[in-house]
Amino acid sequence: MIYLELFWAFFQIGLFSIGGGYAALPLIQQQIVNNYGWLTVSEFADLIIIAESTPGPIALNAATFVGTRVAGFAGAVIATIGFIAPSAVIIALLLFLYNRYKNLKYVNDALRGLRPAVVGFIAAAALTILKLTFFSESAATVGLVNIASLIIFTLALIALRKFKIKPIMVLIGSGILGLVIYGGLSLI
Amino acid sequence: MKKNFKLYISLFLTTLKISAFTFGGGFVIVSLMRKEFVQKRKWLTEQEMLNYTALAQSSPGAVAINTSILVGHHIGGFLGSIVTVLAAALPPLVIISIISLFYNLIRENLIVSYILMGMQAGVAAVLCDVIMGLSASVWRESKTFALAVMILTFLSLALLSINIIFVIVACAVAGVIYFGKIGKKGLKNDLS
Repeated sequence: MIYLELFWAFFQIGLFSIGGGYAALPLIQQQIVNNYGWLTVSEFADLIIIAESTPGPIALNAATFVGTRVAGFAGAVIATIGFIAPSAVIIALLLFLYNRYKNLKYVNDALRGLRPAVVGFIAAAALTILKLTFFSESAATVGLVNIASLIIFTLALIALRKFKIKPIMVLIGSGILGLVIYGGLSLI
Repeated sequence: MKKNFKLYISLFLTTLKISAFTFGGGFVIVSLMRKEFVQKRKWLTEQEMLNYTALAQSSPGAVAINTSILVGHHIGGFLGSIVTVLAAALPPLVIISIISLFYNLIRENLIVSYILMGMQAGVAAVLCDVIMGLSASVWRESKTFALAVMILTFLSLALLSINIIFVIVACAVAGVIYFGKIGKKGLKNDLS
């Protein structure tokens, strides 16, 4: 039963995640956190960190992470298959159409409509993470706002936008900063 | 048969290598595939690779997985696509399984939780960076339509918590209607 639920949840994620990578995040959040309650919001944030720091597509990493936690390794395999199944079928269909018509106007138009939507989706997922980070309780929280997070966030954004440093490097740097700031505060 | 077997083995190993050592999104993997399959092994041409990438983008799912299905099919037929999908999915499956086994143990550790708190702020920055880059590129593509869709989808998810699947279907339909009309108008203008 749990296997069936896992398969179905990730089948839907696979079927509706268009635009790859981050675009799947809000979909995963809605299914895994809101609908099934398999992860908390803070575990979901951890999942993004893990997915970003390891090779492989985010959705596939999410499938394995959630699958393992809910139903062990078998759960991971089933969630992964559930995610891949719809795109495998659709890809086969598209390949057939492509070889016949070489031109898929409707598919292209639909995709052009979806591209800006993907930005909105990612923004919604980012808002969840931002709320979690900025309003988390810690030794660095003044009033409601976590000052340390605000500083790390600002530095990371500057590193990414201005100096074009790779996301993985920025994440490692943020981790080190977190250790220094929170570790330092706990020693005081 | 022996030669085929060898082909499948090297197809498997090459894809496995690409998948296991590629950090970052699908397009990093796609450009590595291009390097390995087109330039080094000459299993397919540059044009074919481009077409497959476009097709992979047009389908839901992960771009890296979709591309590997198409390239595998091109090189070794149905069996070839099974081989490449397995090779592409195996590394994340194994790596994340191991991490999630130790997740509870690691998460309790204070040092790890300090690091993760810092990384959380970093991830928020990465997401904002992606949003800035993408919104600029969709703005160039379709201006007001893009802006309206971005704002509406954000509000419907963040404020109204509408089911995302409905939002996706609505945006796809809006794209077909909007760009379909523009296409016809453009054609009329060309004729007159």
